[in-house]
Amino acid sequence: MSSAPLVELRQLAKAYQRGDQIVPVLTDITLDIEEGEFIALMGPSGSGKSTLLNLIAGIDKPDSGKLLIGGLDITRLSEADLADWRAANVGFIFQFYNLMPVLTAFENVELPLLLTSLSRAERRERVEITLDMVGLADRMRHVPSELSGGQQQRVAIARAVIADPTLIVADEPTGDLDRNSAADILNMMQRLNQEMRKTIIMVTHDANAAHAAKSVVHLEKGELIGTIKGRGESTVEE
Amino acid sequence: MYVLKLITKNAFRHRLRTILTVVGLAIAVLAYGLLQTVVDAWYAGAAAASNARLVTRNAISLVFPLPLSYEGRIRGIDGVTVVARSNWFGGIYQEPKNFFAQFAVSDNYLDLYPEFVLPEDQHVAYLRDRKGCVVGRQLADQFGFKLGDVLPIKGTIFPGTWEFVVRGIFEGVDETKVTRQMMFHWEYLNETVRKTARRRADQVGLYVVGIDNPDNAASISRSIDAVFKNSLAETLTETEQAFQLGFVAMSNEIIAAIRIVSYVVILIIMAVMANTMAMSARERTSEYATLKALGFGPAFLTVLIFGESMVICTIGGAFGLLLTPLAASAFKKAAGGVFPVFEVSRQTILLQIGCALVIGAAAAIVPALRAARVRIVDGLRAIG
Repeated sequence: MSSAPLVELRQLAKAYQRGDQIVPVLTDITLDIEEGEFIALMGPSGSGKSTLLNLIAGIDKPDSGKLLIGGLDITRLSEADLADWRAANVGFIFQFYNLMPVLTAFENVELPLLLTSLSRAERRERVEITLDMVGLADRMRHVPSELSGGQQQRVAIARAVIADPTLIVADEPTGDLDRNSAADILNMMQRLNQEMRKTIIMVTHDANAAHAAKSVVHLEKGELIGTIKGRGESTVEE
Repeated sequence: MYVLKLITKNAFRHRLRTILTVVGLAIAVLAYGLLQTVVDAWYAGAAAASNARLVTRNAISLVFPLPLSYEGRIRGIDGVTVVARSNWFGGIYQEPKNFFAQFAVSDNYLDLYPEFVLPEDQHVAYLRDRKGCVVGRQLADQFGFKLGDVLPIKGTIFPGTWEFVVRGIFEGVDETKVTRQMMFHWEYLNETVRKTARRRADQVGLYVVGIDNPDNAASISRSIDAVFKNSLAETLTETEQAFQLGFVAMSNEIIAAIRIVSYVVILIIMAVMANTMAMSARERTSEYATLKALGFGPAFLTVLIFGESMVICTIGGAFGLLLTPLAASAFKKAAGGVFPVFEVSRQTILLQIGCALVIGAAAAIVPALRAARVRIVDGLRAIG
């Protein structure tokens, strides 16, 4: 008997109000994402891929439909419970890194651990290991402005995995990077997926980035139009 | 520790803006403290006045004197222990801007004022010299008066140039006592007036009455006034404190204006501080959204914003507080003795601290509410 998918979307719908008009963004989305998957959400601008990512990450709520993550219907959670759930279960990687500019790489990575019961020493140990894992052990005392784009995104990846979440959501993680840095980040994400068994959902415009994922889900005008499986076997070339 | 570090780093992210805000706060807290001290100084005379002394004056107005013959009759009233005479002299020393109070007083006058300490030898020297006078320490320091100096004073109420010899310099028992005044013999004034304007002789500006028990002040006052009811010069007797407050009341509008200005200063800096915090919070909308996405709740953001506001206000307030005594000292000097007692009170310091904290809290309310309410998806799209 196969286990239940990590992410279950059933007839998910979302619309925004612009003035008097109601603009549908997602319509009747039904999708299962297995644990350990690496999915790329692709589609043209306005297709609803970022909105879908936001719903799965629990930072937005659908208008209708079911959204189960690990068997939990997160649409029924209060704001406070949802925040706790995100802290424990979701790691975020943003296009523009979204690091705290006044904090060092170490402090940025430590941030999610403030929501745990770990001691200062335990936090320190874990941050050092994680920064070493992303290759920034020698840059941990630098603030973001002293790091390159690729390095900042690696800090963001370290921050995303530090609390050991089940799910990592990435919104255009290579959108602000040069080709080499982008490849570096995608390789790192593949390692997270393959070696640490993290489930990754990544929004991207870039076909090369999508190539790093195991599956590609296509959206158009808020509708799911297809899924391509079985990719992402090879590493991304710089 | 981590949060405090984040708050402090945030507070100084825009150094120039923060420094300017701190300077503004320091000036506002300083100005508030100075203005409150001006108000306190206005009341200093009344505050230092005693309830154990009564002042009997002409019921019509202070301008009209009382007959010398009242002295004995007042002394005969139950509860009265001492009766001293005092006339306002109103002379000019060198030039009008050198104003200070001069009183012609009876020899027992200083017995009623234990808060003024005059060395015994100087007291004796003063009593022996008809033209002698005693000056307070504040006055002596201001004009450099020394024992033996002759003070030529041009009379305005009592014409002519009067010469007085400084025979004593009295001190206040503490800093709150106003010693910026001069006293000389009432008999010297009366004898001179008797020769030059006989009609104005044997007139007393007011009587200062010592009583045996301050609790009986009201009944003794009534008894004194009852004695002279329906006479040509009816009296009005009140405690010295009430008498002094009557003077202060004449300046009520000025004091009210000073108070309003002090509150306006605080309101203005509150608006400036609120603007600073609003700008900072608006620039950090995407950071707040990121923190929320990571799982931090509105309470954490509120702590960050309130903390930042409090850090800035604490620094600004501390500078303001530290500068206030220096500015008060300079102000006192510049005012040229208009405010003989100009001390920053403990209450003013507490009010300054309170103002700084209230500014900090008030300035953070709206930005904290906005940050707490911002939707994560909207916040992440925000451009700082």
